[in-house]
Amino acid sequence: MMSHACKAKQFLANESRVDWHNRTLWLVRQKRDRVAAAVPEWEHLREQAASIKKEALANLDVYLEQLETEATRNGVTVLWAKDAGEFNRIILHIIQKHGVKNIVKSKSMLTEECGLNPFLHDRGIEVVDTDLGERIIQFRKETPSHIVLPAIHLKKEEIGETFHEKLNTEKGASDPTYLTQAARRHLREKFLAADMALTGVNFAVAETGTVVVCTNEGNADMGVHAAPVQVHCMGIEKIVPKQDDLGIFTRLLARNATGQAVTTYTSHYRKPKPGGAMYIVIVDNGRSNYLGHPKYSDSLKCIRCGGCMNTCPVYRRSGGHSYGYVIPGPIGSILAPQKEAQKYRDLPFASSLCGSCSNVCPVKIAIHEQLYFWRQDLTQQKRTSFLKRFSMKVAGFLLSENTRYNLTGILVRWALRYLPHGLLYLPFNAWGRGRELPVPPRQSFKQWYEGRKKTKN
Amino acid sequence: MQSNDKKMKQHKIGLFVPCYIDMFYPRVGIATLELLEKLGQEVGYPPEQTCCGQPLANSGSEQEALATYRNFVRNFRDFDYIVTPSGSCAYHVRRHYDILEQTEDVKKIRETTYELCEFLTDILQVDDLKIRFPHRVGIHNSCHGLRGLKLASASERMEPRYSKLRRLLEKAEGIEIVELDRNDECCGFGGTFSIFEPDVSVKMGKDRLDDHERNGVEIITAADMSCLMHLEGIIRRQKKNIQVRHIAEILNGHSL
Ligand code: SF4
Repeated sequence: MMSHACKAKQFLANESRVDWHNRTLWLVRQKRDRVAAAVPEWEHLREQAASIKKEALANLDVYLEQLETEATRNGVTVLWAKDAGEFNRIILHIIQKHGVKNIVKSKSMLTEECGLNPFLHDRGIEVVDTDLGERIIQFRKETPSHIVLPAIHLKKEEIGETFHEKLNTEKGASDPTYLTQAARRHLREKFLAADMALTGVNFAVAETGTVVVCTNEGNADMGVHAAPVQVHCMGIEKIVPKQDDLGIFTRLLARNATGQAVTTYTSHYRKPKPGGAMYIVIVDNGRSNYLGHPKYSDSLKCIRCGGCMNTCPVYRRSGGHSYGYVIPGPIGSILAPQKEAQKYRDLPFASSLCGSCSNVCPVKIAIHEQLYFWRQDLTQQKRTSFLKRFSMKVAGFLLSENTRYNLTGILVRWALRYLPHGLLYLPFNAWGRGRELPVPPRQSFKQWYEGRKKTKN
Repeated sequence: MQSNDKKMKQHKIGLFVPCYIDMFYPRVGIATLELLEKLGQEVGYPPEQTCCGQPLANSGSEQEALATYRNFVRNFRDFDYIVTPSGSCAYHVRRHYDILEQTEDVKKIRETTYELCEFLTDILQVDDLKIRFPHRVGIHNSCHGLRGLKLASASERMEPRYSKLRRLLEKAEGIEIVELDRNDECCGFGGTFSIFEPDVSVKMGKDRLDDHERNGVEIITAADMSCLMHLEGIIRRQKKNIQVRHIAEILNGHSL
């Protein structure tokens, strides 16, 4: 797999596009700042949300069983999937059992993670993504570049072209309202024809057996209301213990995600409609490996608001696809190595460790600290490049003792002064690609200090 | 500059000059030393000091940094405070020396290592620096100082706004502190991030510089020379008309 740095370089090749991407996401961050500032107890809400999630994760077994009991009492069928394969087979089984022909799906990062669409596609079953952004990238056979704004990497002109091709909109038309209307008409037909609706889950309330789905387009509701079979897919970490807890999270989620006070629709699904069937599929897929983990368990608190992406100065300039994992950005960079450390070993290094993500995060995950811990672990597991590990070993040797350190300094300053420019700026000097090296001073601080001591004496 | 009228409490300070400042920017170490001495402090510079180990640890090689950590502890155990003109080094010692055995020395060092500005505002409570600096200055809030040491309120957090750097700079006569479009976005240095992700790193730096330029900044200042080294590298490559100064140089009364 191509490294994050390589893919970032490709994205950066078109600088004006990067500037646009950066500006667009920064606007979202600014909106978030404004609405968050309007809530006087914002920081307190974050504290509460973090501690509720922490407690829920500490007693997850109890809450999950409570959820199952309550949901079952409500007439819901609760199914458990150990991993992605089992999840996909469960969905296939439900499809076959009900003789489903047409499936609509609202946004669910879990189904992306499990590769549900391609799995069903291979078996001749098509799923229509009904979130506008997801539908766009589905048309274009791309993957989401953001968890809340999946098509944020695309400009409206590109979307116009895609719609012209797929929905027969006017050629060259890129007016967002016009395009949205076209998508609506198209999706309406899909909703009416659907006999099964799949959704993700934002929160599952253990106390009531309810699942809660937050959308801006109402597409989860359209699907669920029209189709006789509704299936809600959730990771085990989506639990909140009580109905009363929910308000804390809904206040944080939309504000932090898009700068709205609340999502347009916050739908609570409790029991099947008359004559219909309702399923909740609870998926582990590796999450429980990190439950109670001394360093990484907090990552399970994530409510997928996407705030850490919007604020991340690297994400905004490298684009979501540079991460190569379904969840990009800071949170993706700590979740991906949990899944496959070898494959995603460069992601924890794709950060300047500025810490903005941790400050933005509504459930106070110390993302930048986990990135730091992953760097240590990946290095110790010898997954990072030999060259990097070797050069750090050498640097460790040189920096740990005064004489060696001083000699290094003298050598470096000598090289900077006397080596020809062409040699100093050979291509392997990554620093020199866009930057000049420092101008070497005549003497180091240490040498100056020695001199001063002598004259003083 | 003169020191405060009221006599300041004297502390025994160990000056830590980070490796890259020692090697490339001795003037910043000198400014820090002179400033602390002018403020009546007893400043020692342990000559066997090298580096805090951060470059290794942030690259994932914490284990290789242990010997360097120990060298730091050996050199700095006999002071009331350790002061350094680097937010990120101070943060590293405080936060990441937790992997050393927590002896009395280590514990004390982690509690008493201060970045220069916070030492001036929190410990010395400097209120009256007699300096003149009639320039348009942009403050670069280096991340570890900002979010790690909380040298200023971070824009992500909904809390009262403050800035220790600003509070100190405002004491300079004639200074004009320029508001930026993005008050605390990372410059993209990030230690070895600048080498392993050079393209993103340079782009972040360019964007930061654009913000300062757009708002008419003459001089960018920061509590971390590493960010300024990165920004200066881009300034020189692109022949931009803007300069960088470590905050110690301004506070020590250097004019341009
Ligand atoms: S890690 Fe925090 S900020 Fe990022 S998506 Fe999850 S909840 Fe949101």
